[in-house]
Amino acid sequence: MFDTASSASGARAAGRRRQGPSFLMALPAVLFFGFFALVPLIGVLLISFMEWNVLSSPTWVGLDNWDTVISDRPFTWRALTLTGIFVLGSYLFQAPVALLLGVFMAGQQRYRALLAVLYFLPLLFSSVAVGLTFQSLLSPYYGISAALPFDWLPSDWLSNSDLVMYVMIFVVGWCFIPFHALLYQAGVRQIPTDMYEAATIDGAGRIRRFFSITLPQLRYTIITSSTLMLVGSLTYFDLIYVLTGGQPQDAVRILPLDMYITGFGANNLGHASVIAVFLVAIGLTMSLLLNKISGSTKMESDKAGA
Amino acid sequence: MTHAASSTAATPDAGQALELTQPAGGARGAGRPARTGTRKPGERPNLIAGAFGWFWLAVIILPIYYIVITSFRTSQDLRANNQLVPSSEPTVAPFIRVIENDFFQFFLNSVIVTVSTVAVVLAVSLMAAYYITRSTSLGGSRLFQLILLGIAIPVQATIIPVYYLIRELGLYDTLWALILPQIAFAIPLSVLIIVNFVRDIPNELFESMRVDGAGEWKILGSLVLPMSKPALMTVGIYQALQVWNGFLFPLVLTQSRDVRVLPLSLWEYQGQFGVDVPATLAAVVLSAVPLLIAYIVGRRYIVAGLTAGFSK
Repeated sequence: MFDTASSASGARAAGRRRQGPSFLMALPAVLFFGFFALVPLIGVLLISFMEWNVLSSPTWVGLDNWDTVISDRPFTWRALTLTGIFVLGSYLFQAPVALLLGVFMAGQQRYRALLAVLYFLPLLFSSVAVGLTFQSLLSPYYGISAALPFDWLPSDWLSNSDLVMYVMIFVVGWCFIPFHALLYQAGVRQIPTDMYEAATIDGAGRIRRFFSITLPQLRYTIITSSTLMLVGSLTYFDLIYVLTGGQPQDAVRILPLDMYITGFGANNLGHASVIAVFLVAIGLTMSLLLNKISGSTKMESDKAGA
Repeated sequence: MTHAASSTAATPDAGQALELTQPAGGARGAGRPARTGTRKPGERPNLIAGAFGWFWLAVIILPIYYIVITSFRTSQDLRANNQLVPSSEPTVAPFIRVIENDFFQFFLNSVIVTVSTVAVVLAVSLMAAYYITRSTSLGGSRLFQLILLGIAIPVQATIIPVYYLIRELGLYDTLWALILPQIAFAIPLSVLIIVNFVRDIPNELFESMRVDGAGEWKILGSLVLPMSKPALMTVGIYQALQVWNGFLFPLVLTQSRDVRVLPLSLWEYQGQFGVDVPATLAAVVLSAVPLLIAYIVGRRYIVAGLTAGFSK
C-alpha cells in the first residue's frame, strides 16, 4: 500500500494513521455545542451584570441587578423556599413510587407486563398536553370535582394557594414517575436470580429480600434516578407555567418560572439572568455532589464484584 | 471484514436495542440477564403489590380516559352531563374545529423541526464519537470530559442568552431558531451513548480497514456507521421525543402562526377556543396520536431509547 517514493506525504499519512481520525470529525459537534450551549452559559453570567429589556440593547450596570435581586426583592427568597419545597416534595413522592413500580414491573407475571405497557402512556404526551388535560380535569365546572358526588372533594385544586403546590407535585410526578420506574425496572432485571434463590432457601421472606437484596443492588440506579429527579425538578418549568403561570398568589412561582416571568413577562432580562445564574449554580452543585456520591458507590460495587 | 461487520449490525432486532440498557463493556458479553421475578414458584401471589399496581393504572388511565371521552362531546353536553361518563351522542365536531384551525400546518412544522434536528444530531454526534474513541491524542479524552460536563447544564437557565444570540443572528421567529439550539443541547447525551457503543467495536476491524487503505471518512461510513445503528436508533428516538414535545424553546424563540409547532399550538388553541374545552382536548388527543402510533409499532425501541442514556 505504501509508496515509499512520495516520502513527505507518505510520512504525513502514516502519522495521521497513528493518530486516528482528525479533529475535523468532532468540529461540527464542538461548534454547535460551543456556540449554543457553552457561550450561553457564560452569556447568562454577563447579562446578569447588564440592564436589558427586549427593546433596548444591553448596557453594563455592574452589580446593580445582583444587589436588587438579593437585597431589595423579598420575593427572591420566597421563590427559593418554594423551589425547595417543590424539589423535596417531588422527590419524596416520585422516588418511592417509581422504585416500587419498577420492582413491580420487573416481575415475570403476564399481567404485570401488560400494566407496564400502559404505565408508559404519560411519556407520550407533551407537557402542554398534560397541562391542558389536568386543567380541565381539575376544573370546578367540568372536571372530577363536578363529576363525583363527594362533598369533601375540593373543587378549587388550582385556585387554592394552600393546595396548588401539592397538586403540582402530583401532576409533575404523574408525568415523570413512568420514566424513573423504567430505570428501576432495568436495574432490578440485572440483579442475578441466584441471589434471590439463595435468600429464599435461607428462609428470607419477600420484605426481607427487598431490603437485603433488591435495595442494596439498586444503589447505582437509585443515585442516577435521584440526580435526574432532583436536578430535573429544580429546573422544571413547562407544566407549572401551563397549569398555573405561578398563580394563585405566586404560590408555585418556583425559580425557573420566576426567571421566565421576570425576564419575558416583566421584560427585565437582567434580573432574570441573576435568577438564571442561581439556577445554574444550584443545578451544577447538585449534579457534582451526587456524582461524587455515585463515584464512591460505584467503586464499592466494583470491589464487591457485583 | 466490513461486510461481516455490517451484517451483524444491519439487523438491529429488539434484543439488541434492549441490550443498550445494560452496562457497556464487559457485562454485555455475558449474555442476556436472567429475568428476575420477585415471586418464586409455590409462593403466594403478592396481593399488596397487585393492588398497588392496579391502583397506579387507575391513576395513569383516568386523565387519558377523560380527555378521550371529552374530545368526543359538545360543550353543552360537557356541562349538562356527568363528565366521567361518555356522551350518549358522541360527535367528531371538536376534531374538525381543530383541524380547520391549521392543525396540519403546525404538525408539519413539528415534523420539519424534529427531523432536521435529529438528523444533524445523529450525524455530528457519530462523527464526534468516532473522534473521541479513536483519537490517540489527548484531544479525544479532553473533549469527552467537556461533553460530559455539558450534560449537567440546565437548558432552562441558558434560555435568555440563547434568545439574545438568536435575535442577533436574525433568526428570531424562524424554524432555524428552534433547530439550531436544540441540536446543541442534544449533543452531550447523544455523544455519550454513541461513544459507549463505538468503543466496543473491535480494534481489529479498524486495523484491517486501515491496511486496506481506507481513509477516515471511509471508515466512518462503512464501519462505524453500520456498527452503531442500534445506538443511533436509540439516540434518535430519545431526542425526537424531546424535540417533538419541547415547549420552552418554541415559547421563547417563536411568535408567528406560520412557524408554530404542535406543543405551542396547543397552548394557543387554549386561548383561542376559550371555554371550548372539547376542542382544546381534541387538539391534545390529536397531538398525541403520532407518538401513540409510534409506540404501538416500535414499543421496545422506544422504551430502550428513552432509558439508554441513564441505565448503567
